[in-house]
Amino acid sequence: MCGIVGLFLKDKSLEPRLGAMLTEMLVTMSDRGPDSAGIAVYGTDADDQAKLTVQSDNAAEDFARLDTDLAAAIDVEVSIRVKDTHAVLELSAAKVAQARQALAELRPGVRVMSTGDTMEIYKEVGLPQSVADRFEISAMTGTHGIGHTRMATESAVNTLGAHPFSTGPDQCLVHNGSLSNHNSLRRKLAREGVTVETENDTEVAAAYLTWKMQQGSTLGEALDSGINDLDGFYTFVVGTKDGFGVLRDPIACKPAVLAETDQYVAFGSEYRALVNLPGIEDAKVWEPEPATVYFWSH
Amino acid sequence: MQTYDLEADGLRGLNSALHAQKDGSNQTNWKVVNPKGSHAIAVGLDAPIEVTVTGSTGYYCGGMNQQATINVEGSAGPGVAENMMSGTVIVEGDASQYAGATGHGGLLVIKGNASSRCGISMKGIDIVVHGNIGHMSAFMAQSGNLVVLGDAGDALGDSLYEARLFVRGKVKSLGADCIEKDMRPEHLEILADLLERAGADAKPEEFTRYGSARKLYNFDIDNASAY
Repeated sequence: MCGIVGLFLKDKSLEPRLGAMLTEMLVTMSDRGPDSAGIAVYGTDADDQAKLTVQSDNAAEDFARLDTDLAAAIDVEVSIRVKDTHAVLELSAAKVAQARQALAELRPGVRVMSTGDTMEIYKEVGLPQSVADRFEISAMTGTHGIGHTRMATESAVNTLGAHPFSTGPDQCLVHNGSLSNHNSLRRKLAREGVTVETENDTEVAAAYLTWKMQQGSTLGEALDSGINDLDGFYTFVVGTKDGFGVLRDPIACKPAVLAETDQYVAFGSEYRALVNLPGIEDAKVWEPEPATVYFWSH
Repeated sequence: MQTYDLEADGLRGLNSALHAQKDGSNQTNWKVVNPKGSHAIAVGLDAPIEVTVTGSTGYYCGGMNQQATINVEGSAGPGVAENMMSGTVIVEGDASQYAGATGHGGLLVIKGNASSRCGISMKGIDIVVHGNIGHMSAFMAQSGNLVVLGDAGDALGDSLYEARLFVRGKVKSLGADCIEKDMRPEHLEILADLLERAGADAKPEEFTRYGSARKLYNFDIDNASAY
């Protein structure tokens, strides 16, 4: 099954409540997938600063003095915010590639969940409520965010198999469904120099969209070409630094509900996820059409 | 009038109370408040009672209904009135996929639009949709009537058996073995009755009838490409 929620705010006054609203929506979807949960939140954009969200199964040891070690290795100021098994490193945007390289040597056990100017990704094995509590998602401020609770069908139940997946800066994707051509697509992407880290089908879709956007497509255009190139069942919700998109496969058996008001665009696998949003009674609520790209941007 | 707060008192309590109603019950009118998209509301009823749900419902509302009249004052999630045997289910808003699937009898009225697979494998139910229906509707439909005041999506009536399909608007495409058929006087009569019972403002003459070409009933090697 899997459950997806997404919230794209138009009204800035709701931004301090983004994390709390997303958490409540995701917890409502708990019975659609008890294996793992994750949330991507797009927060504030600090000039020239980039964020690396990293994860470790041995956080206490790996994150101790990570900021100073990394700062010394690549000669740049680094700040660290540790949240349970995840940490967000902030440093000069120009140094991100160097930082990733240095990280692999300094802390081989640390895995990069995401990079970007505003996006942070938190995901772990467990129910949505426990994952949200561990990472204090409710307290987070942001412009938009996506949440996922997983019932695994492809690949193992572990942190790296959890959604959202990110393969490009400030880009993330969550998926309800299963792709049948992910192995051939993974090989095709590898030939193009795009590598993925796991055996998971969704990560291949995320990498595919990133690759399309690297070639100059907008997110909307990348999703459009996905209709031809991705085979299988999917409802995707994707995020970019300033955008939010939804795409369902042409058969559209994986559920999806959208709601829009002057204040927000919201997505839920079921209407249940949306019932406590402000003004939902008067929102435009509809089911997205199959093989049709929906996309909003700030 | 009995009022039941679904949020406060839970789904099992509601369905047990409704299942306890028998023919001749004096609790014939029920109002369910705070449905909030919950699943399986008023499922498996078997008494001539009236249930009004004051909001939108989740999966399978009114499923397996017999005798009861269920009004949804909002939109319905997937599988509304699935496998209905008799009675009436009325949805004021839209319905999600596979509305009325496998229904054996009764009347399902959707005042908004229905999405994909509306009336899939229907076996005698009557479905009237005031708006449009999505793709693959009436797939393998066996008997009963599907009436659509708006448009139908792709592959209407694919692998159809003996259900009658009436569409007033455009049909994006017909599925395998589904063809346009002549509207005979008996069809106009059926349609007039259904439109009236569904409170639909339309004339039977405005509709086109679709039905099975009956070419796929038995396997014929020449039809292999149609499967």
